[in-house]
Amino acid sequence: MSNDIFQILPEILLAGFALAGLLFGAYFGKDAIARPLLWLTAALMVVLAVVVGASSDTTVEAFNGMFVNDSFARFSKVALLLAAAAVLVMSENYMKTRGLLRFEYPVLVALSVVGMMMMVSAGDLMALYMGLELQSLALYVVASLRRDSVKSTEAGLKYFVLGALSSGMLLYGASLVYGYAGTTLFSGVITTAQAGQTSLGMLFGIVFVIAGLAFKVSAVPFHMWAPDVYEGAPTPVTAFFATAPKMAAMALFARVLHDAFGNAVGDWSQIIALLSLLSMFLGSIAAIGQTNIKRLMAYSSIAHMGYALMGLAAGNAFGVQAMLVYMAIYVTMNVGVFAFILLMEKDGQPVVEISALNMYSKNHPGRAAALMVLMFSLAGVPPFLGFFGKLYVLRAAYEGGLAWLAIAGVIASVIGAFYYLRIIFYMYFGSDQAEALDQNRSAVLSGFLIASAVIMVVGIVNMFGVEAAAALAAQTLVQ
Amino acid sequence: MENNLLSIVTFMPAFAALILAVFLRGEDEAAQRNAKWLALIATSVTFIVSIFVFLEFDPSNTDFQMIDEADWLLGLKYRMGVDGISILFVMLTTFMMPLVIAASWDVSTRVKEYMIAFLLLETLMLGVFMALDLVLFYVFFEAGLIPMFLIIGIWGGPNRIYASFKFFLYTFFGSVLMLVAMVAMFSDAGTTCIGGCNISLLTHDFGSETINVFGFQILGGMQTLMFLAFFASFAVKMPMWPVHTWLPDAHVQAPTAGSVVLAAILLKMGGYGFLRFSLPMFPVGSEIVGPLILWMSAIAIVYTSLVALVQDDMKKLIAYSSVAHMGFVTMGIFSVSQQGLDGAIFQMISHGFVSAALFLAVGVVYDRMHTREIDAYGGLVNRMPVYAMIFMFFTMANVGLPGTSGFVGEFLTLMAVFQVNTWVAAVAATGVILSASYALWLYRRVVMGDLIKESLKAITDMNAREKWIFAPLVVMTLFLGVYPAAILDIIGPSVAALVDNYDTAVAAAEAVSQSAQAHN
Repeated sequence: MSNDIFQILPEILLAGFALAGLLFGAYFGKDAIARPLLWLTAALMVVLAVVVGASSDTTVEAFNGMFVNDSFARFSKVALLLAAAAVLVMSENYMKTRGLLRFEYPVLVALSVVGMMMMVSAGDLMALYMGLELQSLALYVVASLRRDSVKSTEAGLKYFVLGALSSGMLLYGASLVYGYAGTTLFSGVITTAQAGQTSLGMLFGIVFVIAGLAFKVSAVPFHMWAPDVYEGAPTPVTAFFATAPKMAAMALFARVLHDAFGNAVGDWSQIIALLSLLSMFLGSIAAIGQTNIKRLMAYSSIAHMGYALMGLAAGNAFGVQAMLVYMAIYVTMNVGVFAFILLMEKDGQPVVEISALNMYSKNHPGRAAALMVLMFSLAGVPPFLGFFGKLYVLRAAYEGGLAWLAIAGVIASVIGAFYYLRIIFYMYFGSDQAEALDQNRSAVLSGFLIASAVIMVVGIVNMFGVEAAAALAAQTLVQ
Repeated sequence: MENNLLSIVTFMPAFAALILAVFLRGEDEAAQRNAKWLALIATSVTFIVSIFVFLEFDPSNTDFQMIDEADWLLGLKYRMGVDGISILFVMLTTFMMPLVIAASWDVSTRVKEYMIAFLLLETLMLGVFMALDLVLFYVFFEAGLIPMFLIIGIWGGPNRIYASFKFFLYTFFGSVLMLVAMVAMFSDAGTTCIGGCNISLLTHDFGSETINVFGFQILGGMQTLMFLAFFASFAVKMPMWPVHTWLPDAHVQAPTAGSVVLAAILLKMGGYGFLRFSLPMFPVGSEIVGPLILWMSAIAIVYTSLVALVQDDMKKLIAYSSVAHMGFVTMGIFSVSQQGLDGAIFQMISHGFVSAALFLAVGVVYDRMHTREIDAYGGLVNRMPVYAMIFMFFTMANVGLPGTSGFVGEFLTLMAVFQVNTWVAAVAATGVILSASYALWLYRRVVMGDLIKESLKAITDMNAREKWIFAPLVVMTLFLGVYPAAILDIIGPSVAALVDNYDTAVAAAEAVSQSAQAHN
């Protein structure tokens, strides 16, 4: 038992910290402690990421298999902890100037991160659901953080209603799986879910579980909430939505598919391939008409989830590795892009119109160059790291026998390249008439933007070891 | 064998670009001058170092030489090397870049970024010709789009946005199909090494049995599919009719230096790709699709020559003539004989000098008059005798006058194709006549006659800088015209080996299919 507690210690620490922060904020400091609390939370996340990342290379099952601590979980936890910490730090200035920096904000983010950490370590359908709901409930509230804004509350409500629906589907699927497998443990489910001889009820269960999870990663056709929520939520919250929860949900996806249904690859691989295909094309095509950069990033993230799912659809260890590498790169790119979006202000007000970037490169050559690198990287143009992410998933898809998906994927990437180029077009090719954006001097945001761009360039030398870690993680997940 | 010379040559311009980006501040006169001089020095030093590469290169050895190797991610290798086919393209690139920088001396907006873009472009182009790893090749090949996109988009003409997007999306679309084929090759051969290692793609035998895809019988199987995927990329890059339409737009809108790089070097990547990948790796696929490409080349030569006749924009006319000349290249390549390949490579090198000089010549008058309309000129010979002389020389080289380098390539390719397909050769030969008509007509309208236009009365002849830019091009065009062996001796052995392997592979595949038929 004490060993079990030890395995889950990072989660307990973070949860305890969040609750203590909540109590302390409620009784003593009110919003005055919000700023130190935010930094403390971010610091704790970074420390936990280091601790989790440095812990020994073993696979331990705690609480009778409900909680799995393996390389896969550790990889995902490090990525999402770092992403959450980065977004927290980035959001401070924005939240403060708009009076949104309440002490609940870091607490809620911390709680949702606890939920995500539970998700990626889940070894049981119940644990999965617990983690997912903890994460989602915190996110619903964060989305409507700006209570006096119609759009923000609408975003929160929309997210909540649709999220509840998807949770319902997931639960229904889980109950079917339980009904036909007789257990909620993944290790038990896997022995009853054999490829080709999966019972019809089990198959329905798998489909519903996948539908529920596809909602969380905003894969088409379960994507409708993403653009509205991205647009309505305060920008730092959008940045958070685009990074850590996506990483967690995608990892959970891989966890469920391989740990629970790993013997029925043929059954779910085609579903995932279709989700991937639709997401890539809809994300790429729908983004073309967007004028709001947050909505554009929502569609962009839908398309990127399509590529990540391509890795999963391959249904083997290399596919999972490709997905993990892709997600790590995706999260890094999005941190940089959202740091840039947070920098976009005119007369102190946030600007989200893409046309406001007209000739941005004239006044801010450094930032414009950094965003250009990120845009090319998002489009998957070499030599930036985004290309290598694409190369990974393409190879996984091809070797998984899904050559058609790989071809469709590269065609979608050409369509997608158009709207990324459009941002570069505004920044560099535009005409001078528009008034310039504010000279936002936030060193933190510029730092994140430029660091992210530099990673996209320098990372192509050796990916900073992410590749090997992802390979190890994928191997422990897929036996 | 440890040898970093190639990597030094490749990354020296990028290093200079980094210095410019980090250390050069300001937009004033001094900063602009510094940027130009640094770029000129960097490209010149690169050229000088590349001469050492050239001297160290041994033409009689058909293997890859001066290989530089290091581990890379995804199990890939960073491998650089040159052989008889690539060495000359490397030299062409390093030779042209100082001229390109010198031709950009009058640029006044965003000079620093301009120089950075060109320096990075040089690194990427050199990388394309030296890369010995499939993915490394793709990275260089595709990344070259980025600086060119920016060069057209930022420093281009009035319709630059349309042209830059068309350029980028067209070529990007072609290349991504090649990327999928590369992934397939990686899976099939288990390596991404192009050549010069134990298991390499050049020696790997890709499957050529007929396969069935969605109910279609694919002759040549895997090889044909991969050939077509690579063809999609190289044909756009080349560019071949009917996917050439991005080129006139890109050329017209690009600044002069951008056009020069595009014509002299970027277009050669397609031809180089055919020689490096399509022919040696997919011989059966090439054998099946080759006849079609011969006809496409013949159509390209005649069609684009006719289109060139009716252009009223000088750059557009030269752009179409480039497409026609590239038609000779593809024709030579897919005749797959020593003469044809020799001629194709020669034509590419020669076209690098000649078309670059023609675009520079247009740039000279454009800088003075700010128009490329042919009708806006006439009788320039009265005010610009030196210009008229140089323009005449390169017009003749473009037509393929014996004694200039333009003749050798056209003659060799026509001779090779004549032996393979006489009809194609006959059609293509009419293109030679057409090229004389559009080129000479252009020359007559721009240079000859009386100087009657008021606006041209004050035009000045070329200054010393401009003359110095043309001097090396004149020397090279003449030298290669009278002594083609300078090139043919270098490429000869490598081309012979390529043709030899190709014939063996095709014969082996035929034998296999015949014995299979005999068994049935």
